[in-house]
Amino acid sequence: MTTHADQTTPFVPRFDAPESQGRKLAIICSKGNLDMAYPGLILANAALGEGVETHLFFTFWGFDMINRKTSGDLKFTMLGNTATHMPQGLGGIPGMTHLATSQMKKAIADLDVPEVPEFLDQIVGSGGHLWACRMSADMQHLTEGDLRDDVEGIISASDFIELTEGAQLLFI
Amino acid sequence: MPTTTIAGQAVEVNDEGFLTRPDQWSDDLGTELARLIGIELTADHWKLVHFLRDDFAHQRETATLRRVSTQTGTPIKSLFDLFPGKPAKKMAYVAGLPKPKGCV
Repeated sequence: MTTHADQTTPFVPRFDAPESQGRKLAIICSKGNLDMAYPGLILANAALGEGVETHLFFTFWGFDMINRKTSGDLKFTMLGNTATHMPQGLGGIPGMTHLATSQMKKAIADLDVPEVPEFLDQIVGSGGHLWACRMSADMQHLTEGDLRDDVEGIISASDFIELTEGAQLLFI
Repeated sequence: MPTTTIAGQAVEVNDEGFLTRPDQWSDDLGTELARLIGIELTADHWKLVHFLRDDFAHQRETATLRRVSTQTGTPIKSLFDLFPGKPAKKMAYVAGLPKPKGCV
């Protein structure tokens, strides 16, 4: 009987398997460099595409990702980054950060990966939640008016920990 | 490769159940694949499925969600509404294509 059932029941991917339901991911974005903005965005986007409830918490320099004045203007610098495998002195030459930033932006665009503001649009469109850190806002004298409209609130670290109860967590 | 019978047709699938031979796909099979994952295809679904098929024929690679969105002018949110939960994989499955490889 079992064999018969196996042969007639189509083999279908288990997209909505019960064991994968209810998964939550919290990503803390603490960096404001162009290269360090992307890991959180890419992982958030991937998680949302897998049906995972995803919350991003922007803190310290990560605020630059959601500050309307800066989010489209993040920069990449060779200075202090030995992974470029270039002499560190080069990074200090005037205009070098601008050049490195342009090159990285082009490399990202060539992969059809959006710039930071558009990537955040996509994440929110996919159901992702954006939260801003209260202490960072106070330190930088920023209010909700300075941030993207889709930031759901400026909340304390405790609030974020509370609302991401049971979530897996990434600190970037 | 394992085979499974869908809508009376034997098709080759991988170990996750995705079709491995795009030439075994047809609109009728797509309708049944969608039904098996709980989706009743509307004109909006078909527009996306046919885009995926055409795009795969040219690119030899399944379009990512972003590519589907930008190339068809469909907001990401609508893709999640039409193919809930895991839109990129569900779309690819219904279109009889491998799941997308791209990260974004």
